[in-house]
Amino acid sequence: MKVKITIDDKIYEVDQETNLLEACLSLEMDLPYFCWHPELGSVAACRQCAIIKYKDDDDEKGKLVMACLEPVKEGMRISLQAPQAHDFRAHNIEALMINHPHDCPVCDEGGECHLQDMTVMTGHNYRRYRFNKRTHTNQYLGPFINHEMNRCIQCYRCTRFYNDYAGGKDFDVFASHDSVYFGRHEPGILENEFSGNLVEVCPTGVFTDKTFKKHFTRKWDLSNGPSICHNCSLGCNIIAGERYGSLRRIRSRYNGDVNGYFICDRGRFGYEYVNSENRICIPLKIENGESSPMPREQAVREISEITSGAKKLIGIGSPKASLESNFLLRQWVGSENFYAGIPANEGKLIRQVIKILKKGTVRTPSLSEVKGYDAVFILGEDVTNTAPMLALYLRQAAKNQPGEVAKDLKIPDWNDAATRVVVQNATGSVYIATFHATKLDEIATQSYYAHPDNIARLAYEVMAEIEGNFKDETKVEAMDNANQPLSSSIAKAMLAAKKPLIVAGTSLYSEAIVQSAAAVANALKEKGKDPGLVYVVPEVNSIGLSMLSEQFLEDAFDKTDSADATIILENDLYQRKDKSSIDAFLKYQKNIISLHYLENTTTHQANYVLPVGTFAEADGTVVSNEGRAQRFYKAHQPDNDIRSSWEWIQEIMMDKWGSASFDEIVSSMVREFPELERVQDAAPSAEFREETQKIPRETHRYSGRTAEDADKNVSEPKPPEDRNSALSYTMEGFTGVPPSAITPFYWTPGWNSVQAINKYQIEVGGELLGGNPGIRLFEPKETTDLDFSDHIPLQFSPKQDEYCGLPLYHIYGSDELSAQSPAVKERVPEAYIALNDDDALKNDIREDDMIEVSVNGEKKRFAVKLHKGISPGILGLPKGLTETAGTEFPFTATIKLISHE
Amino acid sequence: MEKPLTEHIKTDGTWLTLTEYEETGGYQGLRKALSMDPLAITKLVGDSGLKGRGGAGFPTGKKWSMIPMGKDAHYPKYFVVNADEMEPGSFKDRLLLETNPHQIIEGAIIGAFAIEANFSFIFLRWAYHKAAKAITQALQEAYEVGYLGKNILGSGFDLEMSLHISVGRYMCGEETALLNALEGKRAIPRAKPPYPVVSGLFGKPTIVNNVETICNVPHILAKGADWFMKLSKSEGEGGTKLYGASGRVKNPGLWELPLGTTLREILEVHAGGMQDGYSFKGVLPGGGSTDFLTDEHLDTPMDFESVQKVGSRMGTGTIIVLDDKTCPIGMLRSLEHFFAHESCGWCTPCREGLPWTAKLLDAIDAGRGKMKDLETLEFHTKYMAPGNTFCALAPGAMEPLQSALKYFRYDFEKHIHEQKCPWKS
Repeated sequence: MKVKITIDDKIYEVDQETNLLEACLSLEMDLPYFCWHPELGSVAACRQCAIIKYKDDDDEKGKLVMACLEPVKEGMRISLQAPQAHDFRAHNIEALMINHPHDCPVCDEGGECHLQDMTVMTGHNYRRYRFNKRTHTNQYLGPFINHEMNRCIQCYRCTRFYNDYAGGKDFDVFASHDSVYFGRHEPGILENEFSGNLVEVCPTGVFTDKTFKKHFTRKWDLSNGPSICHNCSLGCNIIAGERYGSLRRIRSRYNGDVNGYFICDRGRFGYEYVNSENRICIPLKIENGESSPMPREQAVREISEITSGAKKLIGIGSPKASLESNFLLRQWVGSENFYAGIPANEGKLIRQVIKILKKGTVRTPSLSEVKGYDAVFILGEDVTNTAPMLALYLRQAAKNQPGEVAKDLKIPDWNDAATRVVVQNATGSVYIATFHATKLDEIATQSYYAHPDNIARLAYEVMAEIEGNFKDETKVEAMDNANQPLSSSIAKAMLAAKKPLIVAGTSLYSEAIVQSAAAVANALKEKGKDPGLVYVVPEVNSIGLSMLSEQFLEDAFDKTDSADATIILENDLYQRKDKSSIDAFLKYQKNIISLHYLENTTTHQANYVLPVGTFAEADGTVVSNEGRAQRFYKAHQPDNDIRSSWEWIQEIMMDKWGSASFDEIVSSMVREFPELERVQDAAPSAEFREETQKIPRETHRYSGRTAEDADKNVSEPKPPEDRNSALSYTMEGFTGVPPSAITPFYWTPGWNSVQAINKYQIEVGGELLGGNPGIRLFEPKETTDLDFSDHIPLQFSPKQDEYCGLPLYHIYGSDELSAQSPAVKERVPEAYIALNDDDALKNDIREDDMIEVSVNGEKKRFAVKLHKGISPGILGLPKGLTETAGTEFPFTATIKLISHE
Repeated sequence: MEKPLTEHIKTDGTWLTLTEYEETGGYQGLRKALSMDPLAITKLVGDSGLKGRGGAGFPTGKKWSMIPMGKDAHYPKYFVVNADEMEPGSFKDRLLLETNPHQIIEGAIIGAFAIEANFSFIFLRWAYHKAAKAITQALQEAYEVGYLGKNILGSGFDLEMSLHISVGRYMCGEETALLNALEGKRAIPRAKPPYPVVSGLFGKPTIVNNVETICNVPHILAKGADWFMKLSKSEGEGGTKLYGASGRVKNPGLWELPLGTTLREILEVHAGGMQDGYSFKGVLPGGGSTDFLTDEHLDTPMDFESVQKVGSRMGTGTIIVLDDKTCPIGMLRSLEHFFAHESCGWCTPCREGLPWTAKLLDAIDAGRGKMKDLETLEFHTKYMAPGNTFCALAPGAMEPLQSALKYFRYDFEKHIHEQKCPWKS
């Protein structure tokens, strides 16, 4: 509700639910702050947002209060400009700067530093402190984060984010008075999956991006692409910054519906493969095992010749490629010859998920909506490793039930200081059923470790408990309710919740899990609850790809004899299926054309390789696990032959597609796939102009533009044109706040740091001006004809000497591309095989022993880890590591001890 | 003159055992309390005019009455005794802790019963080793005879009480920082509201009372509110008060006197006046974090209201006397170093301002002062004013400084002009 308050003798309407700092910032006023963060709330530690609050109209003196901790009240009168408040803020800066090293010229934060901005904002400019500064030693914090403690102004945001918000355990604040220290108990790798957010949460240069440091450039010298993280299926919004042809850094791009302010460390630091020495930058022709570069025109000509006269083509798409690239490949080879480049078991499961998204009655919340649910039931997913940001927001959801007490005490949501006292470390109802212990278990009310079939059976029991059907219904006759009392506790907790959330996914390749999750959600819906249902899928465009095709890799393999050319789009097939079947397939292909970013086993077997853009050098649309279509844009136009895949295909199919713009390709796609119609609205068209101008990717402070290439040519080259978007590759153009989907950076007068985001939002911490980007393709239906409980699986029982192999996911390692980034590579584990303690004992196997595993007839050796909570009869094998790539799950295996450690 | 708090203490250095305490009428207050309605106890304590003896002087009955009662309140509730006496110059709680532990325990049981708390903690300063022994023994005795534990004296009231020995920070004297420390967290203060009466220990309704405050409670129960009110010389504030004096007086010590006894009487009659060869320069009337008073204020009654009127605070009622042969800048320097070191580091003004003032005083004391430093010191007293900081630590630390700048300005200037400390040869 809006109320009227008086600020410096003018009347304003502000939101009653908020505090005065948020209210002033939402009114576009410049009130400095440090400890407050829109997502972390108020604690009033830094004292920087001091203002004067007057008792009534006659009060002339007023009282100094901290705006962040003062609730808005109808009719109140305050002043930001009163000399007492103004002076206090300036002096407060003076105080907190007494030990700051003033090393801005050598600090990575310089030029985008909140401390710089706030210092200038308060007007403080003269230093009276005349004594020595205290100094600290810095710590090694691993490959991601650089530590420079002397710059610290003790705002406590880091520990509030890392410990309180993200659940980190290996970081804290130490000591007291003016020697408080923020770091680890001893130097070492920061373990939390969200540590990179410290870079943006820290208002100055204590925590900076170590990967960025290796090829540092100032914020103003970056060319930026509004982009989408390609490292999992959540579709977090990012900004990719480029300089001199290399990708320099990834920053979170605020999207109030998706990732909010944060991204995970895989998303932030997993970009360096883009700059890899193994990047393919020019077309290659491979003959007799010899690879030779080839001019662009010749490559296009030769490939055109081969394919235009062909009787039959095979096109293999990719969940890492955009809708547009997959669509154009499909147009090239013909729909009947287009195959989604994933195994059928995965593809069919994703199609199940799409069907539920399309036809189900339960809402799939957006990523940030997840924070609003108050009870969670996770089925099968190791969320921290398969969809990290979802885990971060599930942690917040877990605080909602205990937070009710704070609401009873009339403590507003934003008052973190008070809420934390009331809530302590309590968590609400969180139930997790997985086949092994996961990191989120620490917030779980109860965890249950079992084979996917048994997880599904538990879910069906919960469904029956919710429906009250155990007594007399036949529907669940296959059930024995073996999981009492767990199943009824879960059912009770879900029914007691205001908004229960069911989380599942495709990671265990279990149809039963996907179905049973929907069954539980549906049962809750029918009981009048307002449940949510989230499915995690494997890759950035898994949903988009599977909407374009229902044929998968195996279908392509069955038809090997008749193709004249096989085009493989952004896909290393050896990551998808076992080596022998890929070898067998590729061996019989006459002409293999691979479009890829990096050299890999698949490109080595191709006849032609075309260099294509990663997310940083390509335009396109991807569809997230939520069914949200989101556009990503090039950060820059490479000066080599690297292009979006669809641009290559366009060039090869010049007659048909040569003149089509990006938007026209989207239109054609939509005509063919009406379900994708709203993709057109995901972002402004290429014709869009703001005050007749394009949106520049480079900042208005971009320096040395005319001098950049002066060592080669003194005349300034014409910047490349971008005919595919409303963005330009220059620093000239519209300088205000552009539409949210094409915002390449945050920068407003006086606000040089990432905190300028306040000025891009309707209300601070809320929706972006013009709405959050992305378009949801699916909304829940009123009724559904889907039946989720017609295939209740049989109970899984461990077999003598035969094991079921299931994938273990690692945030660093299980994703093929990010794992090739040097910083991430340091965090990738060695391959291992995980075993239940009793199973190990039975086979005389101990931790670190070497065992031989026979996976579908192929023998592989791994060191053993006795994994906590892993169910009997199950082997866990890390997915996607170099040694395990291509392993298909689930597999049946026998094990043999080779040697004791 | 009645001295309910101290009349029975022994002079041989041992504390009263349970039997000895009972012989002096101990636990009669509790027996009476258990027969009363909890709300009636709170009213009685309110009527007695008892004000918190930890320094702030908040009416005890009023505090108790703010605890949510009845079925809808959040349980468990907690009753905490603040025995973290660390105020510079203060040693009054120590006497009570070391000589009569059962008086504290009885008071805490009555307090817990009045607010329907089933758990109680005594939060003790780490350095009070003897007190720790006394409390430990007394708790054991109280459990053995059923003053603590289940169904106390057949009343149906359960109370578990334990001793928590702090690791030692001045900050823990602040009740919300104390609660954080008791929870095993950093001793930083909490935002108020909500106050501990609503959301205190582990987020539940909690009373935190000072040792001396709670020692009065059994006597109020046993002898009534009127009796207690009449012990005092001051209007509206009841009871006796432990007054102390340290510094170069003839007879430094601690005395239980009617509340509102004048500064002059305490210093001249009980402390015996200044030692020979020393003359009076000023006092910190209530511990290190109170404003200086000088000879013009000696006839002020030592009660919360009167001392406030003359520009200081009664605080803990333990007076530090400054004489003419002690450098006031040296004294302040030592105090401000203490406060700077004890800052928890949570809010900017305290964390950065206190070390800055300490360094300025170092410089002035060492003969490196500048006249501009006095402006900077003045600035700090305003920068760290109440409300500007997160809690009362820094404003308290500024009280002796701001008054010294007023009363002893000549001494500051002399240091700076002569570029040395005039008290040092």
